[in-house]
Amino acid sequence: MELLGLYHYWVFAVLLMIGFYAVISKSNLIKKLIGLSIFQAAVFLLYITMGKVAGGTAPIIQAGVENAVFSNPLPQVLILTAIVVGISTMALGLGIVVRIKEEYGSIEERDIQEIDRR
Amino acid sequence: MTIIFGVFLLTLMVITALAIVHTQHLFVAVILSGIFSLLMAANFFLLDAADVALTEAAIGAGISTVLFLGALTLTGEAERYRSSSVNRVVALGVVAAITLMVIYATFDKPAFGDPQTPVQQHVAPWYIDTTANDIDIPNVVTAVLASFRGYDTLGEVFVVLTAGIGILFLFSATPTRRKKPQTEQESEVESTAEIKFGEGLRHFLIPQVVGRLLIPFILLFGLYVQFHGDYGPGGGFQAGAIIAAAIILYALLEGEARALRVIPQWVLTGMMAGGAILYSAVGVVCMMLDGNFLEYSVLAADPITGQHIGIIVIEAGVGITVTGVLLSIFHAFAGRRRF
Repeated sequence: MELLGLYHYWVFAVLLMIGFYAVISKSNLIKKLIGLSIFQAAVFLLYITMGKVAGGTAPIIQAGVENAVFSNPLPQVLILTAIVVGISTMALGLGIVVRIKEEYGSIEERDIQEIDRR
Repeated sequence: MTIIFGVFLLTLMVITALAIVHTQHLFVAVILSGIFSLLMAANFFLLDAADVALTEAAIGAGISTVLFLGALTLTGEAERYRSSSVNRVVALGVVAAITLMVIYATFDKPAFGDPQTPVQQHVAPWYIDTTANDIDIPNVVTAVLASFRGYDTLGEVFVVLTAGIGILFLFSATPTRRKKPQTEQESEVESTAEIKFGEGLRHFLIPQVVGRLLIPFILLFGLYVQFHGDYGPGGGFQAGAIIAAAIILYALLEGEARALRVIPQWVLTGMMAGGAILYSAVGVVCMMLDGNFLEYSVLAADPITGQHIGIIVIEAGVGITVTGVLLSIFHAFAGRRRF
């Protein structure tokens, strides 16, 4: 159990940094947004991992079941809404990328900077 | 057994993420990120977060993939440059250093699943105990979302609404003409692609038959998730995404124009604002009945019945706004001409 928990946290760290790598090193704006969504998913994973209680179950109360152990509902609520807000902001980002493509004719950061310098 | 499955899913997720970053073909990256979301949803389910798993599956694997593909048709699918080797080395250095630091920090974290950790001590037990007595609905997540933290959720609904408005504003601008004139051949290819796109998959038999069969059931499931959210995993956010997915499927099968004839854009805009207004109105009604903002207990003679009414109505508001925003965003991308 101990090692599984640590493995969850390590995967969180690795995913976070894979996403971050895409954001800082890729030139393509869509690729950067995909990287950002991996970054975001890693944070979600961390929250949900921390809410888990050993031997627990999903926090839905069942009639007639006494002394059930429930996992923490609070991180789940936060992340549930964060996912929906995440897709909305991601769509806004995609909209901006589409507008950039329309004005500059490219979605590569390198091209855009070059056009701006002219 | 669960442990092995958990490790397996996590490992697959890392592999998928690496493949997403590595591939130069954006179409592949988008499809892989749909798979990534599905793996993430399965993993959430293992971690007892049924509601979150449902949301991630509906939104991450479903809607998000569609929106990314919609954007790709407008921007092109190939990544043109590889990052330079200096850039890559520096980025890898930074990333490796931070990874090692975070991994070092994880050794100080409380043990996984330990019920004595600070996270589990604060308000969570109170939420679980109070839900049974004061609100009396089985799903604690819905109770916390809609009642205890109703303010938060109202705020989130307004953020979603704002993003929808932002998209409509962004796409209301007509692009300035590009300096480089397009060759005739290019524009011809584009115009034929457009005609095909406008018609959807109307001339393809198998998607037509399968899709038509599926749409009513997806809608029914969406309504079930909406109104059964108090008792099982579900609620307005998930239902909104599922219903939007059904109508997006219709748009893909029958074409943009027909989908917009079924639900016109002014209805969608009305839904975006209407859901948020419905939610706020519940709060105002509570105040008129001498309660606090969003204190549902005053809505009926019996406080528990009041809570039930309040939660059902605000969940409906959330569902309406989310459906409206997601569909507006989809139509904004799909109806945009390629410039």
